[in-house]
Amino acid sequence: MAQTLQRTPLYDRHVALGARMVPFAGWEMPVQYAGVIPEHRAVRTDAGVFDVSHMGELEVEGPRALELLQSLLSNDLSRIEPGQAQYTLLTNERGGIIDDLIAYRLDGFRYLLVVNASNREAAFRWLKEREISGSDVRDVSDVYALLAVQGPRAIERLGLPRAPHNTFAMAEVDGVEVMINRTGYTGEDGCELMCMADDAGRLWDGVLARGVVPCGLGARDTLRLEVCFPLHGNDISPDTDPISAGLGWACKLEKEFTGAAELRRIKEDGPKRKLVAFVMEEPAIPRQGMPIEGGGEVTSGTHSPMLEVGIGMGYVPAPMASPDTELTIDVRGKPRRARVVKKPIYKRED
Amino acid sequence: MAAAESYPEDLRYHPEHDWARVDGDEAVLGITWFAADALGELVHFEPPTVGATIAKDQPYGEVESVKAVSDVIAPLSGEVLEVNATVVDAPETVNDDPYGNGWLVRIRLSDPSELEALLDLAAYQQVLADQ
Repeated sequence: MAQTLQRTPLYDRHVALGARMVPFAGWEMPVQYAGVIPEHRAVRTDAGVFDVSHMGELEVEGPRALELLQSLLSNDLSRIEPGQAQYTLLTNERGGIIDDLIAYRLDGFRYLLVVNASNREAAFRWLKEREISGSDVRDVSDVYALLAVQGPRAIERLGLPRAPHNTFAMAEVDGVEVMINRTGYTGEDGCELMCMADDAGRLWDGVLARGVVPCGLGARDTLRLEVCFPLHGNDISPDTDPISAGLGWACKLEKEFTGAAELRRIKEDGPKRKLVAFVMEEPAIPRQGMPIEGGGEVTSGTHSPMLEVGIGMGYVPAPMASPDTELTIDVRGKPRRARVVKKPIYKRED
Repeated sequence: MAAAESYPEDLRYHPEHDWARVDGDEAVLGITWFAADALGELVHFEPPTVGATIAKDQPYGEVESVKAVSDVIAPLSGEVLEVNATVVDAPETVNDDPYGNGWLVRIRLSDPSELEALLDLAAYQQVLADQ
C-alpha cells in the first residue's frame, strides 16, 4: 500500500546535495550523501551534520508536569535542573520500552521530550491518555527542525563555547535562534541544534559553510552501533525490558513509575537474557534477525568503519553474556564465529 | 575512489547487473558499475569455493555494503577456477575498478552456448534505461 512520506524542511537541500533518499519511519530521509563510510569517518575525526527533523518533540507543561512524567518515565527527572537533559525510558506495565528519549527541563513547569520518529504517535498517545489535571501534553514536532552536529571538532566549527554533556542553552548560530543541546547519538562530542522549522534551511546552509560534512542515516546507524547505543525497534522494544538491555542505569527503581514493580522483579531474579555487544572473529557481517547458537538473536549488525570488522548487538542467554564468550552466528546458513566484548565496541584512543 | 560510471564495449552482460569477459572456454565474472554504485562501498565479498560449480542465473556469492547484502548472479555456468583474493581482502576494489582489479571469479565454461543469451552493451544499456 502506497503511503505518503513526510519530508523535512531540508528535503530539497538533501536532493540538491545528491543524497540517496529512502523511506524511514514514514519519512523520506537521506541515507547517505558521499557514502556511509566517509561520512562515518568525518564524524569520528572532524564534524558531521545530520538532519534529524523527523524526530518527534513533545512538550509537557503545567504545575503537575513533573508529577506526570515521574509516574511514566523510568529515570528520576527531579534530579535535573532547568537547562539540563536526561536520557530516560517510557515503559509499559510489563516494564517494556515504549520509547527511549531525552527529557529537557525547560523551566520549573515545562519539559521537552525528544522521541523517536517511529514512536512519536505511540509516545504522544501514551502520555496524553494519562494526563492529569495540571499537566498538558502537546505534540510540537512540526514546529521544530533538529540538526545533530557531531564530532570532535563540531563545537569548534560552530564557534560555540564548551559546555557539559546533557545541558542546553539558547543561542544564535549564523543568525538563527537555536536551542543548543549537548546531546547526541554518535559517541562523539557535539550538540543537537533545535530551531523553528522555517529557519532550518538557513541553519543547515550555515553549518555546511563551516566545513561540517553532511551525513545520512546510514552513518548515524553505524556510529551509534560502534558505541552500543540501542536503537528502538532493533535492540529495545515494548517487548524487551531495560534490565536485560543493560539500561538499568536509566531506571530509578526506588521511585514508582509504570512497570517499576515488574522491573524490580526482573532485577532481583536476574535477567534470563542480556543484550551483548560482539565482534566477528571471521569475515562476515551480522544482520538484524540472525540466530545466535544457543538461543540468541542479533538485534543490530553492521560493518564497523573504524574497526573494519563485522560488529553487532544481540540478546543471548545470561550465561553467555560475559565478555570473551565465543558466539556462533548463523549468517544465512553459514556458522560464523563472534566474540562478546565490553560495551562500547569502539572507543577513541586518546 | 569510486570509479566513474562506465560499461565496457567488450563485455557481455546479464540483466542482474553482472558482466562476463570471455576468453576461449574461460570467463572472468564481476558486477557492473551500476550494481556497485547501488550497494555503496563494498565491505564484504562472500566467494564461492574454488572447484565449485556455478549455474547461470543462480547466485554464486554475496556482496555486502554497510547497509545491504546482495546475491551475485552467475551470468554463465561453469566451474570456479579462481577467486579474486584482492576483492576478498579489499572489497572496495569493486567500487574502485569494477571491470579490472574488481573482478570476482574466473570460471571454466560448462556450456559455451549460454553466451548467446547474454546482453551486448546496447542491450544492457537498455536494461539500465528501464530501471
